[in-house]
Amino acid sequence: MSIREHFVIPQRYKLWSYALMAVGLVSIILLYVTHGSSNDEHERARFWASLLQNSVFFLLVVNASMFFICATILAWGGWPMSFRRVPEAIASVVPVIGIISAAILLAIVFGGDHVIYQWTDEKHLDEILQYKSGFLNKKFFTIWTLLTIFLWWILGKKIRDFSISTDKGHMEVEEGKKFIWKNTVWAALFMIVFALTVMSTIPWLWLMSIDAHWYSTMYSWYTFASTFVSGMALIALFVIYLKNKGYLEYTNEEHLHDLGKFMFAFSVFWTYLWFSQYMLIWYSNQPEETKYFEPRVEGVYRGIFFLNIIINFLAPLLLLMKRGAKRNYTTVTLLAVLIIFGHWLDFFQMVHPGPSGDHVPMMMYDMGIGLGFVGLIMFVTGRTLSRNPMVPINHPFFKESVIHHT
Amino acid sequence: MSVKKFIVGSFDDEAVLFPAVKKVRKTGYKIHDVYTPFPIHGLDSTMGLRDTSLHTAGFIYAITGTATALGFISWALTYDWPLNFGGKPFFSLPAWIPITFELTVLFSSVGMVLTFCYLCQLAPFVKKDHFNLRSTDDLFIMAFECTEKTNETEAVAFLQTLGAKNVKVDYRETQWWLGRYDKEIKVFDKKTEVAAV
Repeated sequence: MSIREHFVIPQRYKLWSYALMAVGLVSIILLYVTHGSSNDEHERARFWASLLQNSVFFLLVVNASMFFICATILAWGGWPMSFRRVPEAIASVVPVIGIISAAILLAIVFGGDHVIYQWTDEKHLDEILQYKSGFLNKKFFTIWTLLTIFLWWILGKKIRDFSISTDKGHMEVEEGKKFIWKNTVWAALFMIVFALTVMSTIPWLWLMSIDAHWYSTMYSWYTFASTFVSGMALIALFVIYLKNKGYLEYTNEEHLHDLGKFMFAFSVFWTYLWFSQYMLIWYSNQPEETKYFEPRVEGVYRGIFFLNIIINFLAPLLLLMKRGAKRNYTTVTLLAVLIIFGHWLDFFQMVHPGPSGDHVPMMMYDMGIGLGFVGLIMFVTGRTLSRNPMVPINHPFFKESVIHHT
Repeated sequence: MSVKKFIVGSFDDEAVLFPAVKKVRKTGYKIHDVYTPFPIHGLDSTMGLRDTSLHTAGFIYAITGTATALGFISWALTYDWPLNFGGKPFFSLPAWIPITFELTVLFSSVGMVLTFCYLCQLAPFVKKDHFNLRSTDDLFIMAFECTEKTNETEAVAFLQTLGAKNVKVDYRETQWWLGRYDKEIKVFDKKTEVAAV
């Protein structure tokens, strides 16, 4: 079988990515003019919160691709090999959005406003924030944020380089064993970094500290589940797109089935964490804990809060349950788009009630900025895909992926 | 009780079994069943079996469990015997979700196990006849029924050309009956065919 090795970026794809990025830029400028340049610090916070929500969400989503790669490497899973270059290409967006996120986060911390991160107002800390100041302070925030993004980038790059090095030619058995071992070690390193960042400290610092007086031990897992399921949906979307264009000849509905299973399973996992976090706080009913849910469940964000459970739980649960649905390109595409939107909305209600708890800001700008990030992801992913062969045919596990059967 | 006549081929390699199954189906013989010591990926689709509807049954059981839990708890705690737990409202859904979840899982798992046993005709004291006991050890057994139209010698020769190690025409009981394997040793008496391969 002859395969189309190199991805040639279609003109329409390029045009769309440029158009979406333009929409994003225009939204940022409009939002800056209406809110960002205002004299009221609450208006300014609305602008920065929107940037924070979008950049952090999409950064964690593209980084979830690298988590997926490393998890399969550690489990010696061979099945994603036929489309492995897709998550790799998505993971190459990490440094780009990483720099943008770092700039936005540091601008919020050092900008002088204290609406989003109350703990940055070091002179007027109340008792609770003083207790937390060992962790929530500008110095630690800066160092850890920069170090985290750097480590995600450098370790992700290492693992992508390993995969690209297989294109040199056929590997002998011993060589292949060594290659797999090297991969395993570096994937394990990435996992440790991932556990110390996405699964614990990073959501605390970037998102939970918006409600600095409140804390939840579920929060990081919840954020991770949210971004991982969107990351799987993003991979599925790219795989389906490339399949439609006639690439990825070895990928078929067996692989799509497994991607669908991931989307289904982690939607349920997300719900489990969503509910566990809510129920325990609802049960014990402590004022300092229920404070977080006040604007979300009883306040103006109620609609979004419950829309979340419909989009992110009921829809995937009922529509992706059947085996046939997970193997159907149309259903998976629809649900992937729905899941990414749903978790974007989830991040919206995580970030915005902090700076603007008494009203829901008009979501149009935020959506525009989100589309801008989608365009950016399309642009960078397409470029990376076109640089290297689409299928790593010399990878030791490649055959396993070709004969994959669920 | 209905004893039927079968043509039974034994294979010792899956690589031989797969093309054989395909060719037997293509020729027009209707395969009664294929017995293997372990589950083989893709054999069901090669044999042309339809997807099992066990999942659908599982979904229905699960819905039943959800409805039972929610129905019973809301009846008990709001109508029949309302209790005040820490000032919470009588109808407090979040507190019921764990129980609802557990009952959903319980109903669907128990229901699916029982349905599986029913579909496979598995139960204590239910006995079935074997084509070849070595299908639980190291042989793949393919059987198809002889009708009055079947030319036996031709069919046996055909299976042999497909790579079967041993082919024989045999009579077998197709229904289940009640009994005990350790008391009735008749089934185990057919040792000759086991040794023949």
